[in-house]
Amino acid sequence: MKILVCISKAPDTTTKISFTDNDTKFNEENVQFIVNPYDEWYALVRGLELKEAGGGSVTTVTVGGSDHDPIIRKALAIGADNAVRINTEPQDGYTVAKEIAAYAEGKDYDLILLGKETINYNGSQVGGMLAELMGLPYVSVASKLDVAGDTATVEQDIPAGKQVVEGPLPIVISCAKGMAEQRIPNMRGIMAARTKPLEVVEPAGAAPLVTASKFSLPEDKGEVKMIDAENAESLIELLHNEAKVI
Amino acid sequence: MRTDQYNGHDYYLMDELLSDEHKLVRESARAWVKKEMSPIIEEYYEKATFPKHVIPGMAEIGAFGPYIPEEYGGAGLDQISYGIIMQELERCDSGLRSTSSVQSSLVMFPIWKYGSEEQRKKYLPKLAAGEMIGCFGLTEPDHGSNPGGMITNFKDAGDHYVLNGAKMWISNSPFADIAVVWAKNEEGRIHGLIVERGMEGFTTPETHGKWSLRASNTGELVFDNVKVPKENLLPGRSGLGAPLSCLDSARYGIAWGAIGAALDCYDSALRYSKERHQFGKPIGAFQLQQKKLAEMITEITKAQLLTYRLGQLKNEGRATTAQISMAKRNNVDMALKVAREARQIHGGMGITNEYPIMRHMMNLESVVTYEGTHDIHLLITGFDITGESAFK
Repeated sequence: MKILVCISKAPDTTTKISFTDNDTKFNEENVQFIVNPYDEWYALVRGLELKEAGGGSVTTVTVGGSDHDPIIRKALAIGADNAVRINTEPQDGYTVAKEIAAYAEGKDYDLILLGKETINYNGSQVGGMLAELMGLPYVSVASKLDVAGDTATVEQDIPAGKQVVEGPLPIVISCAKGMAEQRIPNMRGIMAARTKPLEVVEPAGAAPLVTASKFSLPEDKGEVKMIDAENAESLIELLHNEAKVI
Repeated sequence: MRTDQYNGHDYYLMDELLSDEHKLVRESARAWVKKEMSPIIEEYYEKATFPKHVIPGMAEIGAFGPYIPEEYGGAGLDQISYGIIMQELERCDSGLRSTSSVQSSLVMFPIWKYGSEEQRKKYLPKLAAGEMIGCFGLTEPDHGSNPGGMITNFKDAGDHYVLNGAKMWISNSPFADIAVVWAKNEEGRIHGLIVERGMEGFTTPETHGKWSLRASNTGELVFDNVKVPKENLLPGRSGLGAPLSCLDSARYGIAWGAIGAALDCYDSALRYSKERHQFGKPIGAFQLQQKKLAEMITEITKAQLLTYRLGQLKNEGRATTAQISMAKRNNVDMALKVAREARQIHGGMGITNEYPIMRHMMNLESVVTYEGTHDIHLLITGFDITGESAFK
């Protein structure tokens, strides 16, 4: 099975967030980037498990400049066979989907996996757009994936429980918690990643459909008010008049 | 159980000096520690047992001889990677790092440097994979800072050697499969011998009652007319310089490791100082607590710079024994002081196993003494700068 896993970078979860260019850009100065956890823990690792069980190959694809190379090397250290970097800055979900579609078209991938979202922008756009651009079926937010023959069986968590859907390969699937367990790159993997191929390809030149016009931080959390357990009336009064939530 | 929230401290942007591979090595070691070790370290410390079940995982992250060439099962990484792994392990516990240091620098290093090709092929791949654990016998009951005075000896008995004597304060000894033992031949020349568990007359009694390095097993090595095959002698080097070169490698790892212990204490203290409120504000807002924290990060940063430079020199094969001594001595002393200050910031909570401080502090009391005491390292520097030996 030929598997393509889309990998993007995201700031480490302990990053202090700030903005530049009149609050229109995320300030990347001194930020430590990681592989977007949904791409890494779930999409990549499940892709590797499927390859280990049934043979084939796992290629990662990333849209970004050379500053993405460290996270790509990590994906290779975890076990991907080779990597492709499309050499352009990701601008919006559409440009990423369009570039990946342009690259993947005609390469006969059976399975295209990606995280359900990135942890910084939480857009959840690329999977659906990519499937549409390539004319493939799409299942989002999958918590379990098995492949038998030409059919993918996918489990999704839904509010009332679980839903199981089936779709024919080739298929695009966005992956969520439950799909696989984290794999820590071992020393052999880190050594092997030194020599695994990382191909840099030039972009197709997709233009963004939307641009970010302003970022802002959430408002500071207010002070905590402690209310005596005996004094429920006061709690209700504050929730009603001050917090205005009831 | 406390969640391990550690994410490193890099006040002088030292990460910019590291390669992507160094950072990946660190990320893996840190992730492994958080997943496998942080949840169990307090329990094993209390039980005074080394968690042997983590040995395969340690091997996976390269804790055993990462700088040993790939042909012998190592990872072929540089000395800075080795240091980084030691730092991440000791960030969790000095005992964990000790097990790794001993295996890497005191067992694999001499077999790699001074062993025969047959010895390298026989032992190194298994040691790198954690399928075999080793220990190192140099210190004796009456010969600690003066190892050259050792009385452990071996005699030529035709087709084998006969080894007699005793070693003590040996990390890993109670469960090690092999021991690299330094002993004098009939001419009084020091040689290294590989002694295997199961050889008749070889026992490894455990040392009990330690208040330090409790998550690492320590013991003795007792040799009562042990027949050692002649092919188990390390042929490549003899004399006291051979074991001392192993100590150079181990001490280098300790210099990195001690920064890990200090970082963990600082990390915990900084977080606690923001969470703990007294007189209506976080205690980190008071000058006396800020003084402690500011001094801690200053000393940690100085040690990071010193040690990174030592790593560069080590990579180039230019780090001297005296330079390594300076870093080991400085960094362990620094870590002990940081641990004590961090303990004060935690107030009463600092004495409990809710926080790692007392465990680090107790561990560091061993680390400041083993592999050359705090005082001996000062004399090594003194000798180096004056040309006058003050050892005797």
